Amino acid sequence: MNAQSTDIATYNFAYLDEQTKRMIRRAILKGIAIPGYQVPFASREMPMPYGWGTGGVQVTASIIGPDDVLKVIDQGANDTTNAVSIRAFFKKVAKVDVTTETAKATIIQTRHRIPEQPLTAGQVLVFQVPIPEPLRFLEPRETETRKMHALEEYGLMHVKLYEDIAKHGRIATSYAYPVKVEGRYVMDPSPTPKFDNPKMHRSPALQLFGAGREKRIYAVPPFTDVVSLDFEDHSFEVQTFDQPCALCGAENVYLDEVILDDHGGHMFVCSDTDHCEKRRADGHHGHLAPETHSASGKMEPAE
Amino acid sequence: MDIATQSIDGGFAEPVFNAQAVFRAIMDAMARPGSVQNLPQLARPPAPLSATAGAVALSLCDNDTPVWLDPPLQAEASVKAWLGFHTGAPLANTPADAHFALIANPKEMAALDGFAQGTQEYPDRSTTLILLVDDLASGPSLLLEGPGIEKTSMIAPPGMPRHFVEQWKQNNQRFPRGVDIILAAPGSLSCLPRTTRIKSMEA
Repeated sequence: MNAQSTDIATYNFAYLDEQTKRMIRRAILKGIAIPGYQVPFASREMPMPYGWGTGGVQVTASIIGPDDVLKVIDQGANDTTNAVSIRAFFKKVAKVDVTTETAKATIIQTRHRIPEQPLTAGQVLVFQVPIPEPLRFLEPRETETRKMHALEEYGLMHVKLYEDIAKHGRIATSYAYPVKVEGRYVMDPSPTPKFDNPKMHRSPALQLFGAGREKRIYAVPPFTDVVSLDFEDHSFEVQTFDQPCALCGAENVYLDEVILDDHGGHMFVCSDTDHCEKRRADGHHGHLAPETHSASGKMEPAE
Repeated sequence: MDIATQSIDGGFAEPVFNAQAVFRAIMDAMARPGSVQNLPQLARPPAPLSATAGAVALSLCDNDTPVWLDPPLQAEASVKAWLGFHTGAPLANTPADAHFALIANPKEMAALDGFAQGTQEYPDRSTTLILLVDDLASGPSLLLEGPGIEKTSMIAPPGMPRHFVEQWKQNNQRFPRGVDIILAAPGSLSCLPRTTRIKSMEA
């Protein structure tokens, strides 16, 4: 255990003090024991603003050990600001190995997508959650929403989905799509695109959710039923894309639209950068992929 | 050895990393009920508190968490002194006040519904029971199912509380209220969160 060497001596391992970690750890255990229930916890000030993943960072800091390998994604990407800075944070304060590869990670912190590659038993997925209460925009009072959860009174949520149908002809909610966990608690799956909701259902990985500003932790244990709310005549559907990824040609994955010029040029590429890179390394390519050798020098910036 | 020395000895050698290792074992056990997580001996509490149960207490308890001790532990001043010195946890006056309960003799323990169950609004305000068992394989088999278990899982701790299967069924029916159990055996631990259903018990 050399992680307490001199250059990080000003911080405890993984930044948080031990009493804070114990408090968060107790909340995580309660969250696992009551799937989908939001456990209040004494969220701390972190060296980043609220909204940048303070909840997820506190959860990760409380579970991480020197042998863990951490991956952080922002939407699906390894290489955007939030992901890069949180990865650097844990590299500095916990001296853990970090990776961009889904398969090599033991802990994956995300805002908010679930990697395309299926997760395995033993992996932990940590979500950064902005608004943990799925009923909050329907009922602003915490005292009331708490009572609604206590009484399992979720009619309001169905009214909201019904109003979507009345207005738009279909359920228009496309992210933070409410789910019911193990037939009891209605839960906000964090603003993950509803495309990823089915991946939560009976996932072999443990899923932990941390909301720093709202001071809530909740969890979905492995192999737990996570069912998206819907109606018999308007069943839950995920987004579909009418073209494959322009770089790797992948179908049935979540795509981001990338603007190419100011003449309306655009392309759709995988939101999960690790998945896209892996596929291109395996020889798959889409219609806008650079030529394998000739163009790679100028198109691909070095890591 | 006098009580003062006994109470100071036997804590975590590496408090930060040992606490993390013990917590991860508990978290994995709680997320996969019935799975057995191995744990090296990290704490040396005075008897009858076991090394595993002592390590669990060190990693989870502090001055925010009243701890209840069952009579065999209550009778040992050295156990109280050790927990007091290493965790700072106050002793709970009644089982219903406890955040954690350490049970050295599960066979004779008070009924599960005597511990804090949480409320319908705050089901997390319940007691986590830490039961000291001899092992996890020599008792009557418990076939488990529920969240965290792919199909079924099996565990066989000996010396469980009286009418445990019936008591656990009632605990299930109180969901989301209810207690959770950490089974602390020598060198390993396993968990029964309140969501786990016991399907059958074979003699």
